Amino acid sequence: MFRRATTLLRRPLMGATSRRFSTDLPAAPVEDSTFVEAWKKVSPNVDPPKTPLAYMKPRPATPTSLPSKLTVNFVLPYASELSAKEVDMVIVPATTGQMGVLPGHVATIAELKPGVLSVHEGNDVTKYFISSGFVFIHANSVADIIAVEAVPVDRIDANLVQKGLQEFTQKLNSATTDLEKAEAQIGVDVHSALNSALTG
Amino acid sequence: MASAGGAAPFWRAAGMTYITYTNICANLVRNCLKEPFKAEAMSREKVHFSLSKWVDGKPEKPTIRSEGSEH
Repeated sequence: MFRRATTLLRRPLMGATSRRFSTDLPAAPVEDSTFVEAWKKVSPNVDPPKTPLAYMKPRPATPTSLPSKLTVNFVLPYASELSAKEVDMVIVPATTGQMGVLPGHVATIAELKPGVLSVHEGNDVTKYFISSGFVFIHANSVADIIAVEAVPVDRIDANLVQKGLQEFTQKLNSATTDLEKAEAQIGVDVHSALNSALTG
Repeated sequence: MASAGGAAPFWRAAGMTYITYTNICANLVRNCLKEPFKAEAMSREKVHFSLSKWVDGKPEKPTIRSEGSEH
């Protein structure tokens, strides 16, 4: 009764390795095919003009199976801290709170607040204090982190942080105009974040 | 991310642009560094630009601004 079982069971295994998942997202097309076809119908002898799509780099393909590592590009206006580094996880200080980014994270754009960025690779954790910036997470597990100023946490001077915190708390209490209040508030936010970075 | 079309961040409400905000944050962080990193960072803060007003399609004499942090 089960003599044909082995052949029947073997069939799906042989096919699956060569076929891609139906949920894979292929790379974005380089040209608009409907436009090109319509052009060729009207004037088959003239080459269709290039559309802006043709000059842009297409969105790369997004495989369904999750990549095992996150590729991180961390740039500053004056230097490139990390360039296409493969890591396991990064925790970014987004305005909505600490956000952990793992490979396969949904595509996100997040604004960063002053805080600590930690890069986790195996058992190593590298921490940077970021002044503010943005993080762009792409669907293919590439994360671009941009910041104006980023320093390793051990370069921060605790005394200066305390002094700054006191100074800005005073300014906040004595501020009159909206702009002064906003500047003082920024000072308090940044120094409190620096403080937690040193203690946390 | 901020709520859809909701309250602007406090600095935006006070009339500050994002660039001003982020430059202030960066300056404050640079001021809290240990030496010698602080000295290196201070050189990054310097801006050097020349500004000239245009009148009747012709530029007037330019003013050169070369200084540290703006405020």
